Amino acid sequence: MTTDHPNHALTCNQVRANPKFQRLASQRALLAWSLSGAVLTVYYSYIMVVAFAPAWLRLPLYDGSHLSLGMPIGATIILLSWLLTAWYVHTANTHFDVLSAQILQETRA
Amino acid sequence: MKRLPALLALCPLLANADTITADKQPLNVHAIGMFFVFVLATLLITWWASRRTRSAADFYSAGGGITGFQNGLAIAGDYMSAATLLGLSSLVFTKGYDGFIYIIGFFVGWPIVTFLMAERLRNLGRYTFADIVSLRLDQTRVRSFAALGSLTVVCCYLVVQMVGAGQLIKLLFGLDYRTAVVVVGLLMLVYVIFGGMLATTWVQITKAVLLLGGGTTLMLMALSRFGFSFETLAAQAVAVHASGVQIMGPGTLLADPINAVSLSLGLVFGIAGLPHILMRFFTVPNAREARKSVLFATLFIGFFFLVVCILGYTAIVIVGTDPQYYVDGKLGGAMVGGGNMVAMHLAKAVGGNLFLGFLSAVAFATILAVVSGLALAGASAISHDLYASVLKKGKANEKQEMRVSRIATVCLGIVAISLGILFEGQNIAFLVGLTFGIAASANFPVLIMAMYWDGLTTRGALYGGLTGLISALGLVVGSPSVWVGVLGHAHAIFPYDQPALFSMPLAFLVIVVASKLDRSERADHERAAYADQFVRAQTGLGAAMASSH
Repeated sequence: MTTDHPNHALTCNQVRANPKFQRLASQRALLAWSLSGAVLTVYYSYIMVVAFAPAWLRLPLYDGSHLSLGMPIGATIILLSWLLTAWYVHTANTHFDVLSAQILQETRA
Repeated sequence: MKRLPALLALCPLLANADTITADKQPLNVHAIGMFFVFVLATLLITWWASRRTRSAADFYSAGGGITGFQNGLAIAGDYMSAATLLGLSSLVFTKGYDGFIYIIGFFVGWPIVTFLMAERLRNLGRYTFADIVSLRLDQTRVRSFAALGSLTVVCCYLVVQMVGAGQLIKLLFGLDYRTAVVVVGLLMLVYVIFGGMLATTWVQITKAVLLLGGGTTLMLMALSRFGFSFETLAAQAVAVHASGVQIMGPGTLLADPINAVSLSLGLVFGIAGLPHILMRFFTVPNAREARKSVLFATLFIGFFFLVVCILGYTAIVIVGTDPQYYVDGKLGGAMVGGGNMVAMHLAKAVGGNLFLGFLSAVAFATILAVVSGLALAGASAISHDLYASVLKKGKANEKQEMRVSRIATVCLGIVAISLGILFEGQNIAFLVGLTFGIAASANFPVLIMAMYWDGLTTRGALYGGLTGLISALGLVVGSPSVWVGVLGHAHAIFPYDQPALFSMPLAFLVIVVASKLDRSERADHERAAYADQFVRAQTGLGAAMASSH
């Protein structure tokens, strides 16, 4: 593995000194942790409603409907978490990867 | 208290072992025919893969040459076991909306894995998750612990799958239980030994496509009975179900908030501690493909879970009102073939015997693929972690390591077959709680701390990980489902079936305290090494490359 290379520690120092690396790390951490927080908040709010206010989820979707409010809410949680996943993957695969490639290129140069 | 064992028993990853009161069914010719086609196809895949599996990298990680899309299907395949289709649809069939709440719990762990773990797994790991936790810590001790955690999870889960497989096959194909267990075990050995990760991945992909296709077709056929209107479906389901309008909202199943939260914690974070799922992230060439693979996996899993939910509701009307699916034709009584056969009955009702045969073959294929993934994960823990890194201190040559991994696979196969036969007819529901409890309380805390916390030391990882492992084990043994249900005591020592709410925070606490108190020189080195690990995690600098040949 390349980590055993004697220059590896030196290269790592160079990378860390690059302001772009600081930017990459902090932007990624901000996005990843806020999205995780968002998904967990949505999900555990839902679980709390299930535990403490289940009647609300049983309300009819509209007057005379047999479908309940809980149905679209459940499906929305799945859809929303997938969309947030897509958001993260898109940002990471375009913005973060470009930044990361630039850092590595500047380090080698 | 009655709902507590039910909570566990209905866990969709459980291969519905305890609820099937399996009467042997007559030989199902369509099912067996289609199953043979599947086996033949997978053996061809294995033969093809065996010609491309030469190095250890090929065996463990398919040479890192799987694309994001392919790996996404394979991850979805690893996660959607036969019990997802059968167990969850039956849960919605009997409990309505409560089943849907479950389904959501099984899903939300995936976004978290994407945000926090996917790219770090790929950038820091090589073949097993032990690679990551031992990257800057003591190789011998930390790897031994990680291998122990992996093997415990793999063995518990293998038993669950084998017992489920035996009973399912007995039901669907009319084969003898033991024959079924031996057939599953032998096929699993062939896939893993000869084809390694490449064959396992493609078997998984084939099965995922079949399961998605079969499930969707079934849903469309069933929905056509209602003119594709959810309103019509809901009105009819409410009209015929014994609980009436209650099936459209939360019921009694998750009424105890502590058990519900503990269960959901185990599910959400257990995913991130299952070795056969984690291993999939090493099969792609880079972090970019790793992220793409979870995105696709999440799409397929989310879609399939919604399909399964709709199947449950359509079955309420189609299967629930038809006496031929009930023992002695008594509506609302015991179902023919046991409570988890709802999706199969639905297949017969809307698609006839041919479609039933197809879906049965898909269910069998699903079990085969999941046990192969598990066996491979277990074999890697033995050969890569215990043999090559701990015993030989990294000096084993590749040929020896490959040989050990194949011997380990055979041993795991023998263990799986014998335990599968030994546990015939036993209530093994607690093993699912144990699997997810240990994954969430031992593997996950150590892994996430190794990735994110610079203060982690060898002592912290060991003490914390073992605390999680032992407390999860202890709490499950003392829980109502084992202490009362299996061991026959009058009162449970611990009132909940799910350990994660207690054992997971405990593990984190011990990791932090033991690491903070560690004043050794080694600990200082380990903390200092985080800086370089962080560079590798962010940029992939020094990460294991895809092998080229």
